[in-house]
Amino acid sequence: MAKTHYKLIILGGGPAGLTAGLYAARARMDHLLIEKGAEGGQILLTDWIDNYPGFPEGISGFDLAEKMTAHAKRFDLNSMFGNVLSMDLTEPIKHLTLEDGPSLSCDTLIICSGAHPRPLDVPGEKEFTGKGVSYCATCDAPFYRKLHVAVVGGGNTAVQEAAHLTKFADKVTLIHRRDELRATKILQEKAFDNPKIDFIWNSTATKISGTEGVEELHLLNNDGKESILKIDGVFVLIGVLPNNEMLPLEILKADEGGFIPTDLETRTAVAGVMAAGDIRSKEVRQVINAAGEGATAVLAAENYFTNLS
Amino acid sequence: MASEKVNDVSDADFASVTGSDTPCLVDFWAPWCGPCKAIGPVVEALADEYDGKVTIVKMNVDDNPETPGKFGIRAIPTLILFKSGEKVDQVTGAVGKAQLIELIEKAL
Repeated sequence: MAKTHYKLIILGGGPAGLTAGLYAARARMDHLLIEKGAEGGQILLTDWIDNYPGFPEGISGFDLAEKMTAHAKRFDLNSMFGNVLSMDLTEPIKHLTLEDGPSLSCDTLIICSGAHPRPLDVPGEKEFTGKGVSYCATCDAPFYRKLHVAVVGGGNTAVQEAAHLTKFADKVTLIHRRDELRATKILQEKAFDNPKIDFIWNSTATKISGTEGVEELHLLNNDGKESILKIDGVFVLIGVLPNNEMLPLEILKADEGGFIPTDLETRTAVAGVMAAGDIRSKEVRQVINAAGEGATAVLAAENYFTNLS
Repeated sequence: MASEKVNDVSDADFASVTGSDTPCLVDFWAPWCGPCKAIGPVVEALADEYDGKVTIVKMNVDDNPETPGKFGIRAIPTLILFKSGEKVDQVTGAVGKAQLIELIEKAL
């Protein structure tokens, strides 16, 4: 009979989960990391990471994911592929229900389920997803060679990926609801200097239309004026929503956005349950703090056992 | 790991592979696409589960420009289900196993 109980289960294999896995494996804790896709999480959607210390030349999201995975595996990370559908956190022994395979249980749980791109929620968006609407510039930029694309958003992701898109597209129009970008200054400077990027300020997207694929993006200016932008593709990069569908939000005391609050040691409202990375309720979502929280969470798990005995 | 069950298909043999009476699911992917990598294990697991009932293949869109263009593919991963050469339906993005099963069942 296969093992079904672990001292520690780590839910998710992005930077937070992989760092937690690294620390747990090195601590020789009885552990299991469950990932539903590929190790790396959202950094797999990122073209280039220029702000992770130790990589002075920068590194692609893909390569960083592989390095983090290899690093944890060097210390015998125990991981499996699986999709957790729900969990019961009401007892000291926590129970997880998976899509396939046996139920699993654990004494401590680190939730690193991450986040996913927030949709615009406008007519035409669902219909044209994959036919001109995209949430991953790294994945889909090569399909827009010599074309004109719009990027909706004004944060780091939107501005950085707009620059990436100019490697393929002839023209990139960045649409932002305010009159200035939120992105970090160095990214802004690069975008303003890029002759292929132009800007439409104070505007929101209201509708996406076309026949076989995207042809028009309908805009509403904050002053009430409507306009239509002829476009070949729309990249939606307006922040993230939590991957929380498997979590009991009430007892974890999720915030209004569905993210999980913790204390400074990453402990949630439930004893023995920690949260790390983008699923945590916080202001800053970066690879570096996700990794840091993953490490903190394993130390919090170890302290939980120390305090029990 | 599985994966032997998910063969590569190219522009050259696309018509003959998808033209069969046996339903065929094509996973359009590329090596530089993270979500394609993420959905890989799910596709492999399904190839095992539907062995004999559905042919599951993958097409590298970098090496095969013709077919993705023909089907208007602008994002990957995109998975298109075919039966007797006709497109039944498609999904885009690193969707879950349940959603892919729902897609496959449309041709069974």
